[in-house]
Amino acid sequence: MNSATQQHSKPGINWRAQAYEALNELRRSARMPMFVLPSLLFPWMFYTFFGVLFNKGGGHAAYLMVSYACFGVIGPALFGFGVSVSVDRQQGLLSLKRAVAMPVSAYFNAKIIMSLIFGLIIIHGLLVIALTMTDLSISFGQWIALATVLLLGALPFCALGLAIGIWVNAQAAPAVINLVYLPSAFLSGLWIPIFLLPQSLQQVAWILPPYHFSQLCYGVLGISQGYPMTIHLFALLAFTVLFLALAKKGYQRISDR
Amino acid sequence: MNTVIQSKPNQSNLGEGAPAHSTSGNIASVQGKNPQHTDIPAIQVEAVDLSYGKVEVLKQLQLSIPKGQIIAILGPNGAGKTSLINILLGLTKANTGRAQVLGEAPGSMAAKLRLGVVLQHAELAENLSVAELIQLFRQYYPAPLGLTELLQRAGLTHLKSRRYGKLSGGEKRRVQFALALAGDPELIFLDEPTTGLDIQSRQQLWSQIRQCAEQGRTVVLTTHYLEEADQLAHRIVVMNQGQIIADGAPQAIKSHIELKQVRCTTHLPAQHLLLEKLARDPEVAAIQHDIVPHEGSVRYQLRIDTHNAEAVVRALLQTDDQLSDLEVSGAGLEQAFLALTNSQNAGETKVNQAKTQEASA
Repeated sequence: MNSATQQHSKPGINWRAQAYEALNELRRSARMPMFVLPSLLFPWMFYTFFGVLFNKGGGHAAYLMVSYACFGVIGPALFGFGVSVSVDRQQGLLSLKRAVAMPVSAYFNAKIIMSLIFGLIIIHGLLVIALTMTDLSISFGQWIALATVLLLGALPFCALGLAIGIWVNAQAAPAVINLVYLPSAFLSGLWIPIFLLPQSLQQVAWILPPYHFSQLCYGVLGISQGYPMTIHLFALLAFTVLFLALAKKGYQRISDR
Repeated sequence: MNTVIQSKPNQSNLGEGAPAHSTSGNIASVQGKNPQHTDIPAIQVEAVDLSYGKVEVLKQLQLSIPKGQIIAILGPNGAGKTSLINILLGLTKANTGRAQVLGEAPGSMAAKLRLGVVLQHAELAENLSVAELIQLFRQYYPAPLGLTELLQRAGLTHLKSRRYGKLSGGEKRRVQFALALAGDPELIFLDEPTTGLDIQSRQQLWSQIRQCAEQGRTVVLTTHYLEEADQLAHRIVVMNQGQIIADGAPQAIKSHIELKQVRCTTHLPAQHLLLEKLARDPEVAAIQHDIVPHEGSVRYQLRIDTHNAEAVVRALLQTDDQLSDLEVSGAGLEQAFLALTNSQNAGETKVNQAKTQEASA
């Protein structure tokens, strides 16, 4: 027992804990169809209404599919982290997990994996809708590249969700997330193309993470606004650092309390 | 307080040596536990202060707990019990002072791998089954107890497929207890494990806690029930207002803490010799003396908290032959804590109390 303890406490990753934590996070979600279905249907429905039906014959098929894909992956990142961390914190589950030998990273990795799985399902649903109902043409290689950028780009929003989940109580978290999510998606041009927005609003987009995220995604297909991709990448990294710092400050506040 | 004393774990057989009773549990794995570290206490707390803003929660706390005992930390709500546990778990940082758990820093992975926890308020994922939750927690540890054994130990075998959210309060507590045992821990913290449980669930949990101690595990539990502390623990640490106000074997604490309340209507004034004498009596914790209107003459309502109700009643009856409405009851634990806190300030407080009551009457 003692030697096993020592072996185990050597720096290293407890893969079993990581895997089980993710597995149980999956089970938790899968057993809540009233959470899963709306989360998936919402971006599909939005895209079908505004990106497909409303835009019949308007062109921009690739552009709109990409914007709704960005919108789609941001949702589970914000909600998956924000609401569930907030609920876990309020129910004392986070305290229990901090008190036992669970690697803290396992807790967060499980939620990241959950968000990414949701993101994957959402963007593939959007792809199917786009391929069947619009004149989108995209190569396999382009899609793989786009999907990769979409999923990696969801991570800063996981960080934002985490910050919200740590600072805001469980009852308020969904409202706060919507207040951040929906206006910033609109102002970043995820619903209506950014170039159709008034000039003044286009300026505002620069301070919004979804704008930079979407520009990176358009960049994959060569349909961005044309600013250097490094600017958008740097902006997203800076936002991520800011959100993580906020989350860390909140986390410390919890442990000092 | 009418308690049925049940068989306690045999104190002389505790510690790192052979457990006294054979149980269905996994004794072999416990026996070989860290024989070279027996001198390191399970818990060491030195001069720990904790305050939230201006509220002092723990004041210069000093505590050492050896391995292999059941320790009850007893105190009213707000005494600082949970804060102390949170510091030992690494969930809260003390402002000053030093705390160690099994010789390790609280909250370090080295400490966490060797302990188990039942927190006072911790709801687990409602839609995971009992077995799934236990399996998850087993993965955290290098040499966990088996799923079957954990289910059986906590009396959950027949509930293993049930979702956590569908369990009763007592069953949930048993799941939390199984999770605490999952890593085959040397030390188990239970923060008010039986609060809100019915008698049957409480007794089931008690016997499971005893079983842990029989296997050589150290158990630290907080409670605000004297009965629970008395039945379970080898040692009781009484806390009030952030301080340890008593620490000792259950019998000693119990006789110290178990107050009786004597109430009567008397015509003895507060200055009466007997009342002055009682106020100085170390066995008397508090005296309250209020004037009451009584058919034109003066009567007083007298209330005495004491460890020796018989002596007080005898003295009162001998001195006042018109004494009426005599009542003796068990005083609440709150009064006992108050008395213990005040006893540090000696008997003069009681005299003052009596005088003040008289003045205000």
